[in-house]
Amino acid sequence: MTEQDKLLNEVTTREYQYGWSTDLDMESLPPGLNEDTVRFISAKKEEPEWLLEWRLKAFRYWQTMQEPQWAHVSYPPVNFQDIIYYAAPKTKPQYESLDEVDPELLETFNKLGISLEEQKMLAGVAVDAVIDSVSVKTTFREKLAEVGIIFCSMSEAVKEHPELVKKYLGSVVPYKDNFYAALNSAVFSDGSFVYIPKGVRCPMELSTYFRINAMNTGQFERTLIVAEEASYVSYLEGCTAPMRDENQLHAAVVELVAMEDAEIKYSTVQNWYPGDKDGKGGIYNFVTKRGICAGDRSRISWTQVETGSAITWKYPSVILKGDHSVGEFFSVAVTGNKQQADTGTKMVHLGRNTKSTIISKGISAGESNNSYRGLVKMAPMAKGARNFSQCDSLLLGSRCGAHTFPYIEVDNATGKVEHEATTSKIAEDQIFYLNQRGIPTEKAVALIVNGYCREVLDKLPMEFAVEARKLLEISLEGSVG
Amino acid sequence: MLNIKNLHAEIEGKEILKGLNLNVKPGEVHAIMGPNGSGKSTLASVLAGKEAYEVTQGQVHFNGKNLLEMAPEERAGDGLFLAFQYPVEIPGVSMMNFLKTSIQEVRKYRGQDPLNAKDFLKLVKERQALVELDKKLANRSVNEGFSGGEKKRNEVFQMAMLEPTLAILDETDSGLDIDALRIVADGVNKLRSPSNAFVVITHYQRLLDYIVPDVVHVLYQGRIVKTGPKELALELEEKGYDWLKLSATEQIEG
Repeated sequence: MTEQDKLLNEVTTREYQYGWSTDLDMESLPPGLNEDTVRFISAKKEEPEWLLEWRLKAFRYWQTMQEPQWAHVSYPPVNFQDIIYYAAPKTKPQYESLDEVDPELLETFNKLGISLEEQKMLAGVAVDAVIDSVSVKTTFREKLAEVGIIFCSMSEAVKEHPELVKKYLGSVVPYKDNFYAALNSAVFSDGSFVYIPKGVRCPMELSTYFRINAMNTGQFERTLIVAEEASYVSYLEGCTAPMRDENQLHAAVVELVAMEDAEIKYSTVQNWYPGDKDGKGGIYNFVTKRGICAGDRSRISWTQVETGSAITWKYPSVILKGDHSVGEFFSVAVTGNKQQADTGTKMVHLGRNTKSTIISKGISAGESNNSYRGLVKMAPMAKGARNFSQCDSLLLGSRCGAHTFPYIEVDNATGKVEHEATTSKIAEDQIFYLNQRGIPTEKAVALIVNGYCREVLDKLPMEFAVEARKLLEISLEGSVG
Repeated sequence: MLNIKNLHAEIEGKEILKGLNLNVKPGEVHAIMGPNGSGKSTLASVLAGKEAYEVTQGQVHFNGKNLLEMAPEERAGDGLFLAFQYPVEIPGVSMMNFLKTSIQEVRKYRGQDPLNAKDFLKLVKERQALVELDKKLANRSVNEGFSGGEKKRNEVFQMAMLEPTLAILDETDSGLDIDALRIVADGVNKLRSPSNAFVVITHYQRLLDYIVPDVVHVLYQGRIVKTGPKELALELEEKGYDWLKLSATEQIEG
């Protein structure tokens, strides 16, 4: 039996285990970070020695590093000793019924068309026994297991597929990569693990929706997706519902590996709490997302719609190593009030005839700052590499800012890079035209913005796209006038 | 239906309308003609509620309501429609999405239930045929890449969809060849009824061969200087505006 077959066998024959191996009696650690914290987390998760060693190496390296200052954002310094790095998952619902939940939050849920059951779940209300999310999860998992796909939490993967985790964890984003990646590597809480075997086309969109526990993975999420030769997977991260979280700092790492002829589509909708009108209490989202097109003709697409967080620092990137591989980045970033976003992508062309496309749409309202930062790099051996970048900024109002920082490094004569950038304001003529057809200004702006982002929204899977459209509408409420 | 009394309006401090009076009753078609710069398009914009224009004096009542106090979308909800001289492009917004939003918002304003998808599509099909609008245009973005003629036909199509009580056509004939002109005019004629009214703003008499007005007004220097039956349009075509300018100046000075 090859390793592959063994794995397949293991996955298809084992019994489904309910829950996510959560020990309900876990205590929390006091705030603070040192080697003992790292050891404690690893021990709690019953991790193998190699993983603890890896975490410790990451931690020691992190201690030598400085917080990056180059992003076009400003915030008070984060005290890393003030953070709780391990907390027991909340098992008790906060409320007994939806009546107790903030009506404003419920209003938003309704606007988004989120079902009542899901609303309860998201708001932290006790869910009736009748709605058995476990059964949904079970059927879902069984269906995947039939074709040999592994989709589980990272903690589970460490226990059940240690060889895969060991092989790929940190292979795309090494712990030395950057300050936040090092921190994440040292203290990561949980996340998702996906493995698509050779030649398998994942029969459904993999969504964190199916993983209720994902809501409690905490501030240091770690996700790893491996697509073997000629396989395909589409993964949806996040949720359009406004996510409130007591953890202010989030530093996730996502790694994607695409082998020969494999394709990974990774879509994100991020709507974390952006803070109040003055930006107070909002989430800092410092994420490292990177994929490697390891095999020839492989393909990785990042699609993101970002409307939340007080500060976003995020550059989903693709390393185009395989010849003829393709990297894509489609992004809509909306900022309002005092939100700050510094986001973009890196496309690193190493293989021959590699191709990348970047479409970034920034929309700024209020007093927000929205920056696109992107790097297109073509190495000497990347003969015939091509890139097309389009970065558009739309300003609503006159107190917001839009910035573009494109970096282009081409080290061979056959590379071709095209960069287009536009900055525009919503034309009053367009709003008046829609007004004259009976459409109130807020709705008119939403319509125009949706149209502006259409290229990107069209890349999202159907169900996600519908919600993303609504989300854009809601995010821009009250931002005009 | 529409009652304008002594309307004065300015843009960027420059007075364009200087005491305009106009009465339109249900079932009527009024043509407003006049030389360039006489205030024709300003009148259309002021009635539709464009913010850049400031009304400094006078009153406008529409179906008994004070029109000047209403937001543009409320005016539309109450049945006022403006066919734009220069329809704007809205990239990425499909015609269907735009029309659906428009119809549903207007219905909401009127306290009507939303139109279901089936009835909406039926209406689109029916009204599209009225203006011989290419079906493909409905799948495109609003006015994006439309030819001049297509844009104008699209305006009449939207008018047919919304069934306004008062439609203002702002130089809908400009830039149209004779075939397109006929199609646009046919569309308007099919929509005429005893309960609605049209204000047709035009520079040329040509359109009025197809849309026959009940009354013709001549606008000059911000006020209506002559009103007459449809034959007045022909007279203008023959003599130009100069003879009116002269008498208007005399009127103003006298």
